[in-house]
Formats: sequence, C-alpha cells, structure tokens
Amino acid sequence: MEDLLRMVLGGLLIGGIYSLVSMGLTLQYGVARVLNIAHGEFLMFGAFITFWLQQNHVNPLLTVVIVAPLMFIVGFIVYRTLFTTIRLKSPNPGVFESNALLAAFGLYFIVQNIAVRIWGTTPRSFAYLSGSVSIGGALFNENRLVAAAFAIGIGIIFYLFLARTRTGKAIRAASQDATTAGLMGVNINYTLALCFGFGAAMAGVAGALISVCYPINTVMGLGYTVIAIVVVTLGGLGSIPGSFIGGFILGVIGTAVTFWEPGLAVASYYVIFIILLLVRPKGIMGK
Amino acid sequence: MDFSRTDWIKTGINLGISLVILVLVALMPVYGWQYGVSLFTYFLLYIILAVSWTIFSGTTGYISLATAAFYGVGIYAAAIYGKEYPLIVVVLIGAFASFVVAFFVGAITLRLKGIYFAMFTFGLVLLLKEVIYFWEIDISHIRGRFVVLQSNETIFYYLLGILVVTMIVAYLIKRSKYGLALQSIGENEEAAAHMGINVTMVKILSYAVSAIFMGAAGVVMATKLTYVDPGVAFNPLMSFNPVLMAIFGGLGHFYGPAIGAVLFSYIQEVLTTGDLKDYYMLIFGTILVATILFLPAGLIGLIQNIWRRISGAKRAPA
Repeated sequence: MEDLLRMVLGGLLIGGIYSLVSMGLTLQYGVARVLNIAHGEFLMFGAFITFWLQQNHVNPLLTVVIVAPLMFIVGFIVYRTLFTTIRLKSPNPGVFESNALLAAFGLYFIVQNIAVRIWGTTPRSFAYLSGSVSIGGALFNENRLVAAAFAIGIGIIFYLFLARTRTGKAIRAASQDATTAGLMGVNINYTLALCFGFGAAMAGVAGALISVCYPINTVMGLGYTVIAIVVVTLGGLGSIPGSFIGGFILGVIGTAVTFWEPGLAVASYYVIFIILLLVRPKGIMGK
Repeated sequence: MDFSRTDWIKTGINLGISLVILVLVALMPVYGWQYGVSLFTYFLLYIILAVSWTIFSGTTGYISLATAAFYGVGIYAAAIYGKEYPLIVVVLIGAFASFVVAFFVGAITLRLKGIYFAMFTFGLVLLLKEVIYFWEIDISHIRGRFVVLQSNETIFYYLLGILVVTMIVAYLIKRSKYGLALQSIGENEEAAAHMGINVTMVKILSYAVSAIFMGAAGVVMATKLTYVDPGVAFNPLMSFNPVLMAIFGGLGHFYGPAIGAVLFSYIQEVLTTGDLKDYYMLIFGTILVATILFLPAGLIGLIQNIWRRISGAKRAPA
C-alpha cells in the first residue's frame, strides 16, 4: 500500500515537469507545426544556465525569471529566421512539416554540440531544499514538491492566458487553421513565432526545475523530447489541457514501470506511443 | 514493363559510364591502394543506404528514420549467425530479417500520416536498442558479442555486389508501374487511392524491399567491427546520414542520392579524422540546416538550374 502511494505520488510529482515540457512541445508542434526534436536541448540549456547561476550563488528558483525570457527570445528568433523561411518556401504544409523536422534535427546537433563543448558530458548536480517531507508514510524531497508546484502553477497561468487574452485567442485560432487565421487578420508569422518562443521558454523552465531535483548532463535532452512527443500524442495535438493531463498519466506509468523493471521504462513509453497511434491517434483530448 | 519509349542512345551512354566507373572501382583492390579501398568502402555503404532510402521515402515523401534499425538488424544477424554460416548466407539471412521487420513495421505504421510515421520510425531505432539492452542484461546475460572478421577486400566486393543489385532494383522500380504508383502516392495519396492503386500494399512492399539492402549492408559492415552491442548496432546517426545525403544530392534525379552520399561521406571522412573532430556534429547540423534552407532540390537541382541559365533553355513554369 505504501509502495502504491509512493509510486502514484512520485509519478504525479515528475508528471508536473513532464506536463510543462509537453505543453511547450504542443505549442511548437500543434500550433507552429514544427516537430521540434531540439525541444529537449532547450530544456538542457535551461538546466545548465540554472546550474551555472547556482554556482554563482543565485537562488535556483529565481533563475526561472532569467531562463524563461532568455529561452523565449532564442525560440522566437529561431522561428522567425529559420522556420518562417522554410514555411514560406514550402509548397504545402506536408512538405513544411518534413523539412522543419529535418531542420530541427540539424538544430539538435548544433545545440547539443555547443553544450558538450562548453560543459562536457559529465553529470552535474547541486543540493537545494534536499530535506524530505513525509506524505502518508512515503518520503519525498522538498525540491521535488516545489518543482511540481511551480510546474502546475505555470501550466494554469498559461491556460488562463490562452483562454482569456486576445493573444491567446489568436494562438487558439492559429492552432485550428493557421492559413485561415491569417486571412482573419491574425499576424500569423508573429503568432507562430510567439508559440515557438513560449514552447522554448517552457522547456527552459522545465530544465531549471529538473536541475533542482535531479543530476543533469548535456545529452539528456533527447530523452525528454521523446517523453514530450509521447505525451503530446497522448493528450491530443495542440491541446494544452490534454498535454497537462497526459504528463501526469505518463509520469505515473513511467514511475510504475521503473519500480517494477528499470530497464524497460523507455521501452514502455514507446509501447504506449505505438498503442496510441494504432487505437486513438487523436489522443485523449483531441477532436 | 514498357520499353517502347526508351531512348536507347541515352540509356546506352548512361549505362556505359556507369559500367566504366564500376570497373575502375572494382579494380581498386587489385592495385593495392589500401586507403582508397577503405575510403570507398564507406562510399559504397552510404550509396547503398541513401539509394535504398530514396526508393521508398524519396518518392512517397514519407520520411523513414528507421534506416539504423534495419542496418542494426543486419549487424545483429552477423553477430548471431556469423560463426555458423558463410558470409553470403548470413547476408541473405540479414536481408530477409530486415525485410520481415520492415514489413511488419510498415503494416502497422504506414496508415499513419507523414510526420507520425517519421517519429514512429525514429522511435523504432531507440525501442530496439532499449529492448535488446534489456534482453542482454537481464535475460540472456550476454553483454556484447564478437563478430567473425573479414578482410577489407571481401567487405569491399560484397558491398560492391550489394550496390549493383540496389541500383538495378531501384532503377527497375522507378521504371515500373510500382514506381509510378509510388510517385502518385507522393503527390496525392487520396487521388492515388481513387485511381485504383492499392496504396497500403504498394507502400508496405516498397518499404520492405528498401530495407533488404540496409540489412544486407549491415551484415557486411558488421564484419568490420570486432565488438557489437546495441549502442554500436543501433546508432541513430545511421538514420540521419542517408536522409541528409539523399536530400543533399537531390531527390529529383536517379543519381542524386548516390552523388550526395559520395560527397558527404568524403566530407565526413575529412572532418572526423582531421583537427575538427570535436566540431563534427556542429558542422553536420549546420550543413543539414543550410541544405534544407538553400538547397531544397539538392546539388543536382542546383546544377540543373545553373545549366538551364547557361544554355538559355526555357524554364518550365513553376
């Protein structure tokens, strides 16, 4: 019983971070139509900036304020220069998606190589709020609780932003049909770049939160990208609530499988992915 | 097959040039140019991978990132059966195993739309890697395997043989009604289905056929490795290299992927052995992005464009 509680709660805690990463990807892929393989690299960069600032005595949770705008700007610029050019050159959306995927792979190699040059491949970690809290008999580190709370908070704020503001409305319109939204007076290049930037910012924040809880290294990005892709498929493409819930579901499943057989955790994500694609490719919240 | 519209003189010249190049390459080990043999081994390997990738993905537009999976299946076939059977039999086993794997993967996934397919095939490489790691560590307790080594010349001639078969099959598919079917799938799948093409069958079969050569190449290249484990066999870079090479060379022309493969593996050879070794991935990524941005039709497309400008021929309306 205690094991079950630990499994479920542990899964929900890591699920908060998965949700954040996946909401970022659902913006980039669901709205901006770029399956960003380099998503995890933005996360890795966020984690290492936090690590670097922490070494210089900045509170790791405060670094979120620095990482988020920085990653947003990087993402915005990358979309405006690279992906907008590809989009304008592509004859149809299908060609754009495959070309953008390949360009994203190129971006992945570039960013990862730069990070490996700067920080090497050795795992890094630092201690922050590492005391433990007991919930129903199961022990959890304080930092994981704080990270999960941050992730959930950001998720809710972003959902309200999408639901209540004018820019949010433009993003939702673009996620349904970018071309038509453009005809309706939405500045589509700007809106899509905005989505890509928000996605990168969320990845960066998730990275900052991960660095608080777990050891980090420069090649960890792809693992989180894969998780995000599975969650985005699970939750439904372009659906923010879907990704939010999907993150928690995958967190629990992943923790349960790790508990039972650590070697099969990654394999279980693919099995979920395969079953989903075959049974319900639109995901749980998809229309 | 319809030969009535074949331009025999042009075909003859093309065939002649190909044969001359083939004979020159084949004679290389005879003259004992060792560096050339090892360099050309990689040229041959990447031509096989790029051309067989293009058979399916180049025409239909479904980007398959599973090349490393089929290549790895070949490597594992060599690791498991290499001691018991002669190389030629193992090559056939590896090719058949890849065919079967690709057939099943195709049957499951080819109903998926474009980008899901790319993701799924990439996931397949990682899935196979993880599952075999798990199998070796927890169940069979065999960590890594040793492969029977072959001489450089044997590897070279085997690859050359596979290359010739690959090129002939690729050419025949391109010329046949299956090639036309694949092309119409690439242009508009729904329309192709309405014309009476059995879209799913054509896609699955050609995907499986393209995997045959990847698996066969994997078996041969495995005999160059002394030690095989899942990390070596299922290297994701083997999935991206052929895609990049084919696009770099140009998908629009039959020889485009082959030219891209030769140029690119030469660049790779220079970069990985020189002082720029640490920046290899960086340069690789930059070339990938630049190719997508500036050379969407590849080198062949660029050359054709320049040639049109020089010769002053009318451009086809875009």
